Amino acid sequence: MKDDNRQVDSDRRRFLGAAAVAAGSVTGGAGVAALGAFSAGLPESADASPRTEPVTDRHRWGMLVDTSKCADGCTACVEACDQENGLGLQSEPFGDNEAKWQNQRAVWIRKVKLQDNASGHVTNLPLMCQHCEQPPCVNVCPTGASFKRADGIVMVDRHTCIGCRYCIMACPYKARSFIHERVEQKLTRAPRGIGCVESCNLCAHRLDEGKTTTACQEACTAGGHQAIMFGDLKDPTSPLRQALAAQPNRQIREDLQLNTGVRYAGL
Amino acid sequence: MILGLPLTLLLAAFGSTTAHATGVGDFVVPSSNAAGVQNCVEPTEYMRRNHMEVIRHQRDTTVYGGIRSTKHSMAGCVTCHVGYDAEQKPVPINADGQFCEACHDYAAVNLNCFDCHATIPEGEGWNQETAAAHGHQLSVDGAQHGAVPTVAQVPETMPAENQDQ
Ligand code: HEC
Ligand code: HEC
Ligand code: HEC
Repeated sequence: MKDDNRQVDSDRRRFLGAAAVAAGSVTGGAGVAALGAFSAGLPESADASPRTEPVTDRHRWGMLVDTSKCADGCTACVEACDQENGLGLQSEPFGDNEAKWQNQRAVWIRKVKLQDNASGHVTNLPLMCQHCEQPPCVNVCPTGASFKRADGIVMVDRHTCIGCRYCIMACPYKARSFIHERVEQKLTRAPRGIGCVESCNLCAHRLDEGKTTTACQEACTAGGHQAIMFGDLKDPTSPLRQALAAQPNRQIREDLQLNTGVRYAGL
Repeated sequence: MILGLPLTLLLAAFGSTTAHATGVGDFVVPSSNAAGVQNCVEPTEYMRRNHMEVIRHQRDTTVYGGIRSTKHSMAGCVTCHVGYDAEQKPVPINADGQFCEACHDYAAVNLNCFDCHATIPEGEGWNQETAAAHGHQLSVDGAQHGAVPTVAQVPETMPAENQDQ
């Protein structure tokens, strides 16, 4: 049963292989996003009520982040994520030093600031799990705990995670966190405990309830920035797909050919 | 099964403390929602012996399938079975003497589930509330007995409630 959900969609892989991919790094280079890679599958609008059928690959959830709208110093998305996923409830272990704790506590979104040294141009962006179609974290996981849900969400089954942290090392985006300490306080919707790895799951619990927004997107929109657009990459009529088609955008580390579900414009 | 012995002992020890002649349901905490409900999410007798299978199955259904609205959810067990103190504050379900702990302690079962899972209803649940509003979910309100599954709704693989042990 698990295996069904873990299958890689080889059709989409072929699309990607055919697409032009330019090498680039976070700070330089330009590339062409392999949009064709999204179009396999039948479009269908998201269900409006809690799901009763297992997730399918009819949808693939993704995001477009417009970095030109991402405000310097704004952390609305990070705070919303903390609240939605109980990350704000983590408490600093007694006697730990603050810097170490800030480095160790689990975060699902990091605000990253890039500066082009030649021009001095500064770009802000939220960096979270990029929900790769070909996720390196899944490839290296020895227990199968790190997996890709049928709808493209990359997540950790913490019931099978043994905390080896290979996935943390494999992730090019530094998107994963390890829970080092016992967690006293947690939300019903976001179980969390010592010894497991976790990362952004595109607010899977919200999607499963029939919502079509993530906490970070909502907060960014409420803050008037609208830098984050969330939606179905497989639905050609979705606002997300239209924005992706209309606006130059790229994957971070597209040289790795992971076909990420999170795309960035203005980078 | 290891189950047989402890439960037999249990029946002997607590057999007549409540209205249940058989002792089934005696671990239900009086201040919990469950106390006002007639049955567990499956026939109580079945749940008593097989709740671990029920939860484990639900676990994979949720984690891999994204289905969170079913009556077998772990969040649901906690919502219905958690006890409340004099100030109406929920008492962690794995605390001494509370529902999951009292019986496990007796049966010498150790769980790590509550390392991660919330021990009281905390924040908006998965979608227990939403689903309840849609009418196809377990009731957490003791007054709505109609919403609690009856034996007739139970899949055939589940033994009937009055089936012998
Ligand atoms: C809607 C409320 C409700 C929910 C949700 C619920 N239960 Fe129950 N449960 C009950 C009631 C009521 C009883 C006692 C029934 C009786 O007295 O016959 C019970 C009895 C039990 C018993 C037997 C206790 C004993 O003393 O014999 C076990 C074990 C149990 N539940 C486990 C679970 C688990 C595990 C879950 C989650 C999958 C769960 N319950 C979800 C209401 C609920
Ligand atoms: C290391 C942390 C961790 C431990 C330990 C753990 N879980 Fe979970 N569990 C999770 C997470 C995280 C989810 C939610 C996954 C998601 O949202 O996709 C979850 C989801 C579930 C679900 C589905 C959600 C629900 O409320 O029904 C069930 C059932 C479940 N776990 C059962 C168990 C049981 C039984 C144990 C103990 C044997 C256990 N878990 C131990 C982290 C843990
Ligand atoms: C009436 C007694 C009783 C109650 C109440 C009870 N349990 Fe259990 N539970 C047991 C017994 C006995 C076992 C061990 C079965 C075995 O080892 O075969 C067990 C085992 C389990 C296991 C499997 C443990 C493992 O290591 O595989 C889980 C998970 C579990 N219970 C969850 C719960 C939860 C959650 C609750 C509270 C909602 C609960 N139980 C309430 C008697 C109970």
